[in-house]
Amino acid sequence: MAKKTYRQAINEAIAQEMRRDHRVIVMGEDNAGGAGAPGESDAWGGVLGVTKGLQPEFGPDRVLDTPISESAFIGAAAGAAATGLRPVAELMFVDFMGVCFDQIFNQAAKFRYMFGGKAVTPLVVRTMYGAGLRAASQHSQCLYPIFTHIPGLKVVLPSTPYEAKGLMIQAIRDDDPVIFFEHKALYDETGDVPDESYTIPFGEANLTREGGDVTIVAFGRMVGFANQAADELKREGIGVTVIDPRTTSPLDTETILDSVGETGRLVVVDEAHPRCSMAADIARLVAEEAFGALKSPIRTITPPHTPVPFSPALEDLYIPSAVHIRDVARSLVKA
Amino acid sequence: MQHSRQFLLDSYRSMATIRRFEDRVHDEFATGKIPGFVHLYAGEEASAVGVCSHLDDRDVIASTHRGHGHCIAKGCDVVAMMKEIYGRRDGACGGKGGSMHIADLSRGMLGANGIVGGGPPLICGAALTAKYLKTGGVAVAFVGDGGSNQGTTLESYNLAKVWNLPVIFVVEDNGYAESTASAWSVGGSQLGRAKGFGMPGVEVDGFDFFAVHDAAREPIERARNGGGPSLMHVRLTRFYGHFEGDAMTYRAQGEVTKLRAGHDSLQIFRGKVTQAGVLSGEDLDVVEADVAKLIDDAVSRSEAAAMPTEADLLTDVYVRY
Repeated sequence: MAKKTYRQAINEAIAQEMRRDHRVIVMGEDNAGGAGAPGESDAWGGVLGVTKGLQPEFGPDRVLDTPISESAFIGAAAGAAATGLRPVAELMFVDFMGVCFDQIFNQAAKFRYMFGGKAVTPLVVRTMYGAGLRAASQHSQCLYPIFTHIPGLKVVLPSTPYEAKGLMIQAIRDDDPVIFFEHKALYDETGDVPDESYTIPFGEANLTREGGDVTIVAFGRMVGFANQAADELKREGIGVTVIDPRTTSPLDTETILDSVGETGRLVVVDEAHPRCSMAADIARLVAEEAFGALKSPIRTITPPHTPVPFSPALEDLYIPSAVHIRDVARSLVKA
Repeated sequence: MQHSRQFLLDSYRSMATIRRFEDRVHDEFATGKIPGFVHLYAGEEASAVGVCSHLDDRDVIASTHRGHGHCIAKGCDVVAMMKEIYGRRDGACGGKGGSMHIADLSRGMLGANGIVGGGPPLICGAALTAKYLKTGGVAVAFVGDGGSNQGTTLESYNLAKVWNLPVIFVVEDNGYAESTASAWSVGGSQLGRAKGFGMPGVEVDGFDFFAVHDAAREPIERARNGGGPSLMHVRLTRFYGHFEGDAMTYRAQGEVTKLRAGHDSLQIFRGKVTQAGVLSGEDLDVVEADVAKLIDDAVSRSEAAAMPTEADLLTDVYVRY
């Protein structure tokens, strides 16, 4: 199977869907790049190159550069979705949700409900998230718990190139608004990605490791770290199951509860801030639904309740690490 | 007067339906039968009907929190609307939207909107759909003077211009953003803003159906023919408060009484068509009587209609989840 980067996997998914369905359009700041400028066209293909090559293939009517006006174009994507297109709009960094959130959570997310089930809004908002690029407090946040909180939205966090392609194709074909979170530190990660089109259903978790002593639920970039921790613990004789839920809304609660039922121990790893996070949400779920199965307290691993720091010395301390995950999981089993 | 009898009767019917609908909602709200927040459009009828009388089912409009008039002018079912305002199960939105969220996508009505300035970005999207699919449709964003100060609206002016979208921004300036005078809250002018974004703009007397209808023709034709966005600044008033229950202490003593006497769009319409001899007072009385029956019927059917049940609480959030 071909090795591709996370970035290539997303690009390929969008291109394949654009070839399949003429209603799929792409829009965002610099998604082609160079609009109206004297140099090259398709100059950037998105600020980190994810949409490179789409405008040369599909033309400027289907790959639209936008002014830096997130409220207007994210709202336009919602309006276009409600009237018959299938837009894939890019909110460059999820940190910019503050300037357009109304169009996502009060408009797109609620059309179907407010209009009594008569609206269909097949919108995908692609957005970059996560720490690790020394991008500081306004370009590094996770924020997916905020979107997960909103009924009407689906929230997707691919952890590998394979997941990225299959989940993106599903997102474009999905009839509900989907927020598609791309971790900026994963764009250059490579993995096996089939050339052909395929979908990964929402709400179905992936077990990336299986073992009987402890369950680790991890999201996005944290899945890779949890896998590293699990591999080290396996060498020590500790069996770890790693669950990648892949989507936070819908959430595959069954797989999580089944696994905790078997292991009796739970660690949740979430790169979002600790309060009202996925870590808190899953801890609540297991405490309510599987309390009797627990052999030890639930442990959550998150960054501290601070903004994301700039200095590499601080940012490295901020982000949860494989070593920390290993140590916490081990301490539960050895307790 | 170049308009056909049928066009005039239809337009008057639409305006009279809005007036009677809103007057009745006002009365019924006062009795406590209607829950929630209600913002009435009475007094502004000439704007919605003047613009929407150019539109058909290809065309999409987005409205505001003061949306009943736009819904009626775009052809939404009046009984389903009333039932929605009553929170009934077979209301236009199954009782899940209410007054501020009435929509009918099959009629190109993209929703009233509880967020001031919420509609213009959406209407850019509807216009993009029309342009991309070459439907020949246009998209109209109704915005209040309050909404004209939202960043969403100003961003949408720019996006519509940059993308050359078939959009008409209709700024309905009723003098007040909630309790704050538009004369105080709007920096510069609506037409100056249009000019700043490179859009043609036109100011129009929003009490006069014919003035609005005539002024809307060119922007709508321009949009249909690929000429990009335009702005209309419609000056008018509302006869009721910002919301039902607003004591309107910010308005001058006798202001509304004076406006009702001299600036009633239905009376102005009646005066013009009877003076021109195209319709008689009796013709219009017949329309009024029909409308009265329609609204009576809408209210009695709404009162009799069933409420949603617990089974409805969890539905309609997603297409599939």
